[in-house]
Amino acid sequence: MSKLMKLNPADNVYIVRVPLQANDSVEIEGQNYLIKQALGFGHKIAATLLHPGDKIIKFGIPIGSATEQINIGEHVHLHNMKSDYLPTYTLNNEFVNK
Amino acid sequence: MSSLINKELRGYLRPDGRKGIRNIVVVAYLVECAHHVAREIVDVFRGRDVQLIGFGGCYPNAYADKMMNALCIHPNVGAVLLVSLGCESFNRKRLYQTVKESGRPVKLLGIQETGGTKKTISEGTAFVSAALEDIKSTPVVDMDVTDIVVGVVSGGSDATSGITANPAVGKAFDILVEKGGTAIFENIGEMIGLDDLIAQRGITPALRDELRKAMEKSAKYYTIMGHGSFAPGNADGGLTTQEEKGMGAYYKGGTALISGMIKPADIPPHKGLYLMDIVPDGEPRFGFPNPNDSSEIAELIASGALCVLFTTGRGSVVGSAIAPVIKVCANPDTYARMQDDMDINAGKVLTEGVSLDEMGNEIFNKIISVAGGEHTCSEALGHQEFVLGYKTFEPVGPSCLP
Repeated sequence: MSKLMKLNPADNVYIVRVPLQANDSVEIEGQNYLIKQALGFGHKIAATLLHPGDKIIKFGIPIGSATEQINIGEHVHLHNMKSDYLPTYTLNNEFVNK
Repeated sequence: MSSLINKELRGYLRPDGRKGIRNIVVVAYLVECAHHVAREIVDVFRGRDVQLIGFGGCYPNAYADKMMNALCIHPNVGAVLLVSLGCESFNRKRLYQTVKESGRPVKLLGIQETGGTKKTISEGTAFVSAALEDIKSTPVVDMDVTDIVVGVVSGGSDATSGITANPAVGKAFDILVEKGGTAIFENIGEMIGLDDLIAQRGITPALRDELRKAMEKSAKYYTIMGHGSFAPGNADGGLTTQEEKGMGAYYKGGTALISGMIKPADIPPHKGLYLMDIVPDGEPRFGFPNPNDSSEIAELIASGALCVLFTTGRGSVVGSAIAPVIKVCANPDTYARMQDDMDINAGKVLTEGVSLDEMGNEIFNKIISVAGGEHTCSEALGHQEFVLGYKTFEPVGPSCLP
C-alpha cells in the first residue's frame, strides 16, 4: 500500500496513509524524499513546490495559504501555512499565524 | 444493499405517533440548585433506565425552555420527574403541562415546598419506582426505517476524520435518506468557507438562500468570538486550519439534497436530510454557540434524533442522556488504544482498504441494531452526559422548511 495518497486530483498535498518515522523516505513522482520527523495518519506533505501565498488545496478546495516556501516532500502544517479565515489555537496559549 | 440486516424493528409507541427505541425515566432539574437532589434520585437507580438532564441557569431563556420541553417528550422518554428548587425562573408549570398532555407519567417536586433535600429525594425515588413499573406497559409496535431519525456530530477530530469516519457516516446517511428515514447534521459552525457547497444542495431556491444566510451568520459569529471550532488536539492530529476541518466535517452530511433547515428542538416536518443551524441569532450574547460536544448532542436529540452518530479521530468517550450515541472511530491507532469506547472502526478504510461504501453499510447496520435494542459502548459504560446552556434564536422562516 502506498505511504501517501491524494484525496482529490486537484490537490497540491498528499496525506500520510501509513504512519511515517523520521528518516523514512517517500516516493513522489519517481523521486525519493526524506521525512524529517514522525508523521501520523492524515498529516499533509507537499506534492508540488509551494510559494508564500499559494493556496493549499486538499479535498479539491483551498484549506489555507502557504506562509513560506514549501518544497516537495515537506510536512505542511502550522509552521508553514495558515487559515484564510480564522487563526488556529494551540496549547501554547497563543494563536498561531494570527 | 443485500448485505443489510433485515431485522424486525420494534419501537415504543408514544401518543404523538412517534416511536422510541428506548423507554427511560428522565429526572430533570430546573436550576443548578436542584441538581444534587435530582442526581441523588437518579443514583438510587444506577444501572436501570433512569437518566439525568437539566438546566442550570436561574435566568429565563426561551431556547433552554424549548429544549427542555422537547427533551421531556422525546420518543425515548417514558416518564418524567421534574425537580425544582422553587424560586427559579424556569417555567416549571408549563413544562409539567407539556409532559402531562403528552400522556406520560409526570411529577413536579419543589424542594422548598417538599421540605428539603431528604424529603424530596424520598418522594422523587418513590415516583421513579412507580414510573418504572408504569412504563412497562408502554405499547410496543412495529417500526421501520422511515421511523428512524439519526443525528451526527464529531468531536476530537483529526486528519483521519475527514477521510474515513465522516465520509463513511455520509454514506450511511445516504442509505438512510434513500430508504425514507431522517438524518440531521449540524456542523454549520465548522464549515467556514463552504457556503456554495452547502447552499447548492437546498431543494428550493428559497432554502438555498436561507442556507447561505446561515453560513454567513456563522462565519460572522465565530469571527467576533475570535475562535473557530478548533481545539489543540485537532492540530496535533494533523489538521491545520478551520476550513480544512470544516471540509472534513462536511462529508458527514452525505450527498443527498437538503430538505430543510431547522434550529435546535425543531422537529423535522418530513423525512429526508436536514441541516441544523446551531449558531445563535443576533449579536453574540452568551458566548460560544456550543461550548462542547455534549451540548450539540443534546440539540440533535431535542430535534427528535433517536440515536446519534459521533465521529472521532483523537478519541472521545462521551455518550448522552436520552439517546444512544454510536461512536465511529476515524483513526486506526486511536481505535487500537480505545476499543472499549468505540462501536465502529472506520480506520479500516486506511489500514485494510475497506471501501467507504462498505463502511457506510456497516454504520447503517449498526444504527438498525442499536434501534433494535443493542447497547452502544457508551451506553454499556454508563455514559449519560448532558449539557444545556443559554442561546438566542429567531424561529425559522417558512422558506427553511419547504
